[in-house]
Amino acid sequence: MELTSNQTHPAFPTLLSGAVHQESEQTRSQAYTTGRKTVGTPFVDKPRMTCRDVEVYYGEKCAINKISIDVGCNEVLAMIGPSGCGKSTFLRCLNRMNDTVPSCRVVGSICLDETDIYHPSVDVVPLRAQVGMVFQKPNPFPKSIYDNVAYGPRIHGLTKNKVELDEIVETSLIKAGLWEEVKDRLLEPGTGLSGGQQQRLCIARAIAVSPEVILMDEPCSALDPIATARVEELIAELRTQFSIVIVTHAMQQAARVSQRTAYFHLGDLIEVGATDKIFTNPKHRLTEDYITGRFG
Amino acid sequence: MHTTMETPATTTNLLHPSKRLRQRYRAERWFKRLGLLAIVLSLAFIAFLFFSIFSDGYTAFKQSYIALDVNFAAEEFTQAKLAHANFPGLVKKAMHSMFPEVDSRRGKKELESLVSPSAAYKLQDMVEEDPKIIGTTQKVWVLAGDDVDMLLKGKIDRKEKQSNRRLKDNQLAWIDRLISDKKLEQKFNWNFFTAGDSREPELAGIWGAVKGSFLTLLITLTLSFPIGVASAVYLEEFAPENKWTDLIEININNLAAVPSIIFGLLGLAIFINFWGLPRSTPIVGGLVLSLMTLPTIIIAGRASLKSVPPSIREAALGVGASKMQTVIHHVLPLAMPGMLTGTIIGMAQALGETAPLLMIGMVAFIVDIPGSITDPAAVLPVQIYLWADSPERAFTEKTSAAIMILLTFLVFMNSLAVYLRKKFETKW
Ligand SMILES: Nc1ncnc2c1ncn2[C@@H]1O[C@H](COP(=O)(O)OP(=O)(O)O)[C@@H](O)[C@H]1O
Ligand SMILES: [Mg+2]
Repeated sequence: MELTSNQTHPAFPTLLSGAVHQESEQTRSQAYTTGRKTVGTPFVDKPRMTCRDVEVYYGEKCAINKISIDVGCNEVLAMIGPSGCGKSTFLRCLNRMNDTVPSCRVVGSICLDETDIYHPSVDVVPLRAQVGMVFQKPNPFPKSIYDNVAYGPRIHGLTKNKVELDEIVETSLIKAGLWEEVKDRLLEPGTGLSGGQQQRLCIARAIAVSPEVILMDEPCSALDPIATARVEELIAELRTQFSIVIVTHAMQQAARVSQRTAYFHLGDLIEVGATDKIFTNPKHRLTEDYITGRFG
Repeated sequence: MHTTMETPATTTNLLHPSKRLRQRYRAERWFKRLGLLAIVLSLAFIAFLFFSIFSDGYTAFKQSYIALDVNFAAEEFTQAKLAHANFPGLVKKAMHSMFPEVDSRRGKKELESLVSPSAAYKLQDMVEEDPKIIGTTQKVWVLAGDDVDMLLKGKIDRKEKQSNRRLKDNQLAWIDRLISDKKLEQKFNWNFFTAGDSREPELAGIWGAVKGSFLTLLITLTLSFPIGVASAVYLEEFAPENKWTDLIEININNLAAVPSIIFGLLGLAIFINFWGLPRSTPIVGGLVLSLMTLPTIIIAGRASLKSVPPSIREAALGVGASKMQTVIHHVLPLAMPGMLTGTIIGMAQALGETAPLLMIGMVAFIVDIPGSITDPAAVLPVQIYLWADSPERAFTEKTSAAIMILLTFLVFMNSLAVYLRKKFETKW
């Protein structure tokens, strides 16, 4: 089921009644100059998510400093940068996973399909179904493979009966490229799979609730090269249906899977651009240093 | 160059450990031996404890019985009610008929004292159950008196001077004759497992205390487990981190260290004096023990909630589970084995607890088996205390036997805890 930017999610017509339309064409094209000036092309036409002047604080400490960036439809946006520069922090703002950190405070606006997800009346439960997440360490539930995938649809009441649920589980596992490997042992525990399979199971679990955006925080850093290649292939396939934001440490990976790349540095968004441009012809000196330092 | 200079030195070191290294090894060996010694010592104490309890207590599982030929003569049952018949007289007559040569009043008394006073009740039960035996003569095994029982178990010394002995010479002779006639035997003591407490040692049983303990623990479990788990979940998963929750946490830890007798005083003041609940009952005992067990369960519960990896919570939240769903579907099931272990250990503590129950009157002498949580009851450890305090020689073995039963329950509960922990050990 292909989703375009203006279609609403099948299970969650709107995040809040009378969605707040904050972004107009005019404000989007306006330059955001308050933070550090971002080089390149942070904004796209018809974005799925728009982030404007996002600041994140852990207590008094500022972890993200006035970042503005768009996530386009059906694109893979890679986020790179040295450790501790705030990539995970920013990623976790996009589905409000940071709500679980008591000291964390988010300022600015982040919109999903023009609805401000930090609006007080937005419920995080449907939000997280629309913006799924895959974590660094594969974290399947200690339940069966089937239950892992079926959990999301079950709690959101996406299916009316077992047949529909079976179908969702199967299509999700097929999309995650795991079906052939596990179809005979759906009732075995998900924790018994190999690391790469577990990560693909987590991806299947995320896409089972038909999200619009999938956030991935270094999804391959705990995997071996072959499993990594498999997940990268999968990401390329998933792009046709979802918007994907991926944080990665491996620049080759960013180069292989993404269309656009954003370079973070100490809480600032330094440069955003088409991936091939960033890696061949970075505009900002910091970006260049980082890229060449790693490659050289 | 640096390396070339160091190489020969290293080789000599490898072949001939330096003095310092040898000293280090010696210290290690000593440390190991000390540890071993400590373990051997504590095992020896436990072995000694078990041995002494067992050797004192195993005899309690047998009891001496005397076979009487009782003549339920019809003329004895002329009263309107069967219960008014002179059953003690029947017992006495049966004894006298076995030893017709005894005719002095004193001798008869001494002869009668060989049989437990319970024999009369036994005859009454028989007649009430089957009145057709009236008019017949029946062979009945009745309990022997506790002194006879002690003699058969070798706990009365025949060589002792007669005046220092609980049994006189003529009584010893009768006993010997009964034995050789096969009319005095030790049989398995079912009574010990089915009866309540009694002033007569040969009648006293453990069942009343076991049932009292069971009812008390039932109250404790039904109160402290849900409350403890709910508190642990709230404090660990939902409570905001502020001064109040800090204060609560400190106080829970303090409560776990409060001497248990204080809980007994609290129970006396609140549950009995203020609420007016009946004294000496499992309900009050259970309430008091719940107070005592709650901190244990809460602390164990929080520890096992903490040990659930945060990645599981993130996974659930990440697919859009609410906080509540995350806790109930994922965190709680994973923490449950740890919580159960904590609960069982708390229950085992409660089972062995005496002091707070003394404060709420559970030391009363109670013969009846408690039928409900509002009946007066004894509990196992208090029963042990009561028997240990009794002057009769025969209560010594009962005390040890009761300890054996209490220990059996405790060992069983603790093994269950270990089993649960092993079975559900982290599987992610
Ligand atoms: N829960 C937290 N509490 C306080 N500070 C945090 C927390 N998480 C991250 N930080 C801080 O925020 C900054 C960005 O962290 P992070 O987003 O994890 O970086 P990255 O993923 O790019 O390596 C770091 O300086 C880190 O110390
Ligand atoms: Mg990170």
